[in-house]
Amino acid sequence: MTVGEIIEQVSLTVMAATAGLDKEVKQGYVSDLLSNVMAFAGADSVWVTMQGHQNIVAVASLAGLSAVIIAGGAKPEDETIAKAKQEGVVLLATPLPSFEVAGQLYRLGIRGA
Amino acid sequence: MTMEYGGVWNGCLEMNSRQVIQLEFFLEAGDFSTAGEASSQIKRILQQIGVKAETARRIAIGAYEAEMNVIIHSLGGKMRVAILPDRTDISVEDNGPGIADVKLAMQEGYSTAPDHIRDMGFGAGMGLPNMARCSDEFSITSEVGVGTKIRMVIHHP
Repeated sequence: MTVGEIIEQVSLTVMAATAGLDKEVKQGYVSDLLSNVMAFAGADSVWVTMQGHQNIVAVASLAGLSAVIIAGGAKPEDETIAKAKQEGVVLLATPLPSFEVAGQLYRLGIRGA
Repeated sequence: MTMEYGGVWNGCLEMNSRQVIQLEFFLEAGDFSTAGEASSQIKRILQQIGVKAETARRIAIGAYEAEMNVIIHSLGGKMRVAILPDRTDISVEDNGPGIADVKLAMQEGYSTAPDHIRDMGFGAGMGLPNMARCSDEFSITSEVGVGTKIRMVIHHP
């Protein structure tokens, strides 16, 4: 399943997507601890988090994640959105809590890392 | 080639077996806005010279953890990177305050990060273990009042 297909099926607001909508999502990961994500998320994951600060963009980019979903109505900072656009990281947001997002992704066939 | 931190590299790189790309990045304490730029540049170069994606990913994660540790915990420091045809060699040196008990600091879950850092999702006590996990060779030495030195070597298969 691609990032674009996930956006169509889950209620998500696109905050940044200058590239990568056709990227394959191989698995999913939920965590608000950045080192934990880098250690266990695996490449090509969709990452669900409530962190909205700019360092999540570096984590997504360096760890080769397919997309970041900021859940629970958390607001990404302006710098985060700007950086995501610049780095070509897909940044999505939703008022749905992390648990709900994970459930919807699971129903679409995305499994844990 | 030596790059100063903040420099942007857009060039095209080719390496023969004798070449080495050397980079140097200055890391400022508490500077979260440019955090990750050094690691991003390293990853970009590794991709350009054709290092395998999984290897470039490991190197980028190790470099980022090191970069963040300097930014979060130290008074500033620098990261030197040598990219050779068969390996990447990263040395990170900071200006203190040093780690009193390195063995304890290496334990997963142990962290001295303050609450505002933890709120950002850092300070989970996984930085050093992640660096070790990402490296084929890892070493750390630290002296209180002087600083901490870390070396990571990752082979390119």
